Amino acid sequence: MFLINCPYCGERDQSEFSAGGEAHIIRPKQPTELSDDQWAEYLFMRKNIKGVQFERWNHAHGCRKWFNMVRDTSNDKIHAVYKMGEKPPIK
Amino acid sequence: MSKNLRTSNNKFIDQTSRISFKFDGKTLYGFKGDTLASALLANNIHLVGRSFKYHRPRGIMACGSEEPNAIVQVGNDASLTEPNTRVTEIELYEGLEASSQNCWPSVNFDVGAINNFFSPLIPAAFYYKTFMWPANFWKMYEYFIRKSAGLGKSPTKPDKDIYDHRYLHCDVLVIGGGISGIIAAKTAAKNNLNTLLIDDKNNLGGTTLFQQNECFKINNSYSNEWLKKEIETLKSLKNLTIKTRTSLAAYHSYNYLLARENLTEHLDINEKKNKIRQRLWKIRAKKVIIATGAMERPLIFNNNDRPGIMLSSSIKKYIDFYGVKCGQKISLFTNNDSAYETAISLNNSGVSVNSIVDIRDKTNSLIVKQSEKLGIKVHWKSSVVNTNGYKKINSIEIMQLSDDGNAVVGKKIKEECDCLGISGGWTPRVHLFTQSGGKLKFRDEDNVFLPNKSELDQISIGSCNGDFELDEIIKNAADSINKFLKVNNNDYENLEIISSKEIDKKNIWLLPSDKPFGKTKSFLDFQNDSTANDVKLALREGFKSIEHVKRYTTTGMATDQGKLSNMHALGIIAETAGVKMGELGTTTFRPPYTPLTFGAIVGRNVGEFFDITRKTPLHDWHVENKAEFENVGQWKRAWYYPIENENMHEAVQRESKAARDSAGILDASTLGKIDIQGSDASEFLNRVYTNAWSKLEIGKCRYGLMLNEDGMVYDDGVTTRLSENHYLMTTTTGGAANVLSKLEDYLQTEWPELDVYLTSVTDHYGTVSICGPNSKKILSKIIPDLDLSDEEFPHMSFKNALIDNINCRVMRISFTGEHSYEINIQSSFAKSVWEKCFEAGKEFNITPYGTETMHLLRAEKGFIIAGQDTDGTMTPVDLQMDWIISKKKYDFIGKRSLYRSDTIREDRKQLVGLLTDDPKEILEEGAQIVAETNKQPIEMLGHVTSSYFSPNLNKSIALAVVKNGKKLKGQKLFVPMKNKTINVTITDTVFLDKENKRLNA
Ligand SMILES: [Zn+2]
Repeated sequence: MFLINCPYCGERDQSEFSAGGEAHIIRPKQPTELSDDQWAEYLFMRKNIKGVQFERWNHAHGCRKWFNMVRDTSNDKIHAVYKMGEKPPIK
Repeated sequence: MSKNLRTSNNKFIDQTSRISFKFDGKTLYGFKGDTLASALLANNIHLVGRSFKYHRPRGIMACGSEEPNAIVQVGNDASLTEPNTRVTEIELYEGLEASSQNCWPSVNFDVGAINNFFSPLIPAAFYYKTFMWPANFWKMYEYFIRKSAGLGKSPTKPDKDIYDHRYLHCDVLVIGGGISGIIAAKTAAKNNLNTLLIDDKNNLGGTTLFQQNECFKINNSYSNEWLKKEIETLKSLKNLTIKTRTSLAAYHSYNYLLARENLTEHLDINEKKNKIRQRLWKIRAKKVIIATGAMERPLIFNNNDRPGIMLSSSIKKYIDFYGVKCGQKISLFTNNDSAYETAISLNNSGVSVNSIVDIRDKTNSLIVKQSEKLGIKVHWKSSVVNTNGYKKINSIEIMQLSDDGNAVVGKKIKEECDCLGISGGWTPRVHLFTQSGGKLKFRDEDNVFLPNKSELDQISIGSCNGDFELDEIIKNAADSINKFLKVNNNDYENLEIISSKEIDKKNIWLLPSDKPFGKTKSFLDFQNDSTANDVKLALREGFKSIEHVKRYTTTGMATDQGKLSNMHALGIIAETAGVKMGELGTTTFRPPYTPLTFGAIVGRNVGEFFDITRKTPLHDWHVENKAEFENVGQWKRAWYYPIENENMHEAVQRESKAARDSAGILDASTLGKIDIQGSDASEFLNRVYTNAWSKLEIGKCRYGLMLNEDGMVYDDGVTTRLSENHYLMTTTTGGAANVLSKLEDYLQTEWPELDVYLTSVTDHYGTVSICGPNSKKILSKIIPDLDLSDEEFPHMSFKNALIDNINCRVMRISFTGEHSYEINIQSSFAKSVWEKCFEAGKEFNITPYGTETMHLLRAEKGFIIAGQDTDGTMTPVDLQMDWIISKKKYDFIGKRSLYRSDTIREDRKQLVGLLTDDPKEILEEGAQIVAETNKQPIEMLGHVTSSYFSPNLNKSIALAVVKNGKKLKGQKLFVPMKNKTINVTITDTVFLDKENKRLNA
């Protein structure tokens, strides 16, 4: 059970949060101009990495803010949390 | 009780307070401070159970949680009985009733023991191999296997006990109250760290507590006396909380741990009632110090499982702590110095030790010399090759080991005994360390796995970290605690410590016998009855991974999780396969460390607290009016209102007819309500719904369909424009929370530039819906000032109004196809408004109707229910709702997916109406629809999604999804059922009032 440092509220128990999949997938601005393949790339393709992964999380039972997290899936170490729209602090 | 099995001078057991208990129906006596195990042994009872596969008699082997054999059923009350309880962990209390498990008809005469004689026929995986084929016979086999094997009986009635959960935060958690745990707790608390020390026993001190031996001294005191003083000083430490009878169950990431505290287990049966039985502590610790100690290993030799064969250190605890002699003529068998401690303790208590059989060539450590001084005989370089005695050991056979240790040589010596203590060295308890994700390393010198790397803020100290000598334990523990806590405590620096330095080490995983291998029974896993032969067989059959061997042979898979068996299994695999043990790795230890009761896991979340129950502000009225309720998510919704002896069908038919003939009233409060405000609210709705919203006038309502980005229908509902920048969105009852989350997600992550604010107001308003041709007259009685004319207040519009000076919002919208109003009013006033409507409607026979009638009425009109007629694979086009997709809008959620190659396929499943040829025949929801019944296999074209008997049309109607359904209108199809085939015809989805005349009736 992680301790997650919500960028708005501080350290809270994992049970207050919900995970929202891979981060930094931007919804295309002009979907109608995309081919089926390009649209499918946005819609369906997600990474499932063993190691450092960029993820979306929501403080669902707290401030309800979405934010991003850098987590190593092999040991659950959280390397960073940062607000939506911000650049990841780690490459 | 056999008086001669108790020693007279004992500090830990109160021999003045006698306790009576029952074992297998027989009344026996013990003392306060006993465990069930020590009390049974004092009564000369070793045999307490039968093994799982061969039903061999099994006795008490250990004195703690590692006990593999002595598991019993406690209590005989159908709601409180508990199976698989270790006698070594049950504190004796007045009124305790326990019985043996896994034996029928009794532990002394067991029918299943015939398996023992056939045991050559029951090799590893016998159950898997034999009974798995033919597969459908398993049901029959299972019945017999479970009857003769089964581990205990589950309670059949609800648990009457109370369980609790609590959270706890601390700077330092110390797990284990032995000598190193005490050093850790004292150091932490003295340095102003908020410290929690837990131990699963009812006292602190571990094994040092009763270590009164010349070879273990600290500053000239016996180690037990020194430790006693240390424990005394703990009491004065303010920052320290001590929890005994508390067992650590699970160690999760980020130092989140679960510990179970036993609160009433030790109390007399009459004192247990109405108290909390167990509490599960949910602990978040900044730092964790693991001081869980080590377990003694057994030795693996022929017939090593007879009652009376016990771990040597356990025999020592029984004599030194409980004052119980496990036998009168005890032999010991060892590969290390520990057995000599036991020999000395026994000797001091006047129990004669026959001899010690030691596989080592000869050793001269302090303790061995002391034991020799006492005249205890040692068979050096020897092994026990066999034991005798069926229900209790009566003799052992000893032979000399060859130089390489692979065989036995020379003459066989028979030695009579009534108890055999075995010691195969020590296994650090690294279970919690590995549970937390820590990686182990292997120490070749004494064949132990030790904590290596951990990602968490934790250390292991003492014998769980591989320090077995008293001076090492104290010095290394004190050092690493100082470093770990960044403190400088020098209490333990200049102690003068005497400890018995073990010099010679020797280990043989599987001891040789004079009998050929294959004719011997050397048990590895005592509870699951797997032998060394089984493991070797698995290797011969090609299993290589330790995880596979474990599952195939079931070694280490019993309720003790192989605490005693895992190391030997690994050792034998490594030897046989010719690999180094360190390279083989170990199996994964999973939580809980010891079994947890379901009660402790669920805590107070039972019965009505199992899940949240949401009730509408009108709930009490429904109860008063005898409604039947239906669970919709967490909501309790009025389902139907039976009058007198009506059944559900009759009530629903009556309610449905009344709503269309005159007036009906429905509690629609559960519909999700989201308040949307902001200068970009209209633009936001444009992006989340498929239709256009910019031009919706203030005071008007519109139905909207929300898609997922994949183009599939997600939710639907009516949204009202309250003012320029203010909307009230309604969602389905079940979808409310998800819709809000989805909208928030898009607002925060994709469109942060939009000025929009979302607030869930579902619980803030009650919603009273009145429908039917007389609804207008009823509303005009309640709100006389309101102009209800079609011109002023047309369908799909909204008005603010006052009812008894209370502001409310009245929407003229309809989910039934009737002239209909929904009144939204602050929850606290909802019941009075409902009652007012009901009063006003009495002259029109206003009829309350529930969710079932609501579903029927909307089905007559072909309105979908998202989640019933859709299942996450239906596009608006599939639903024949093309009209709701805006052609003009550049984008909305899911738009691009509506013309993916898959979504534009014409033969997708599409929503249609179905009529049965026999109008009385009601289809089953979920029934499959086919075109041909003769062909095999039959192609499934679709299924029925909604089906009712319509009293207003006097015939059965249904909605269904059918492949290419749009083009099949008029087509005859079939619904094959178990006993018959029902003929149906595909129709339009709207069955009643296709022209929508009733809306303005
Ligand atoms: Zn937050």
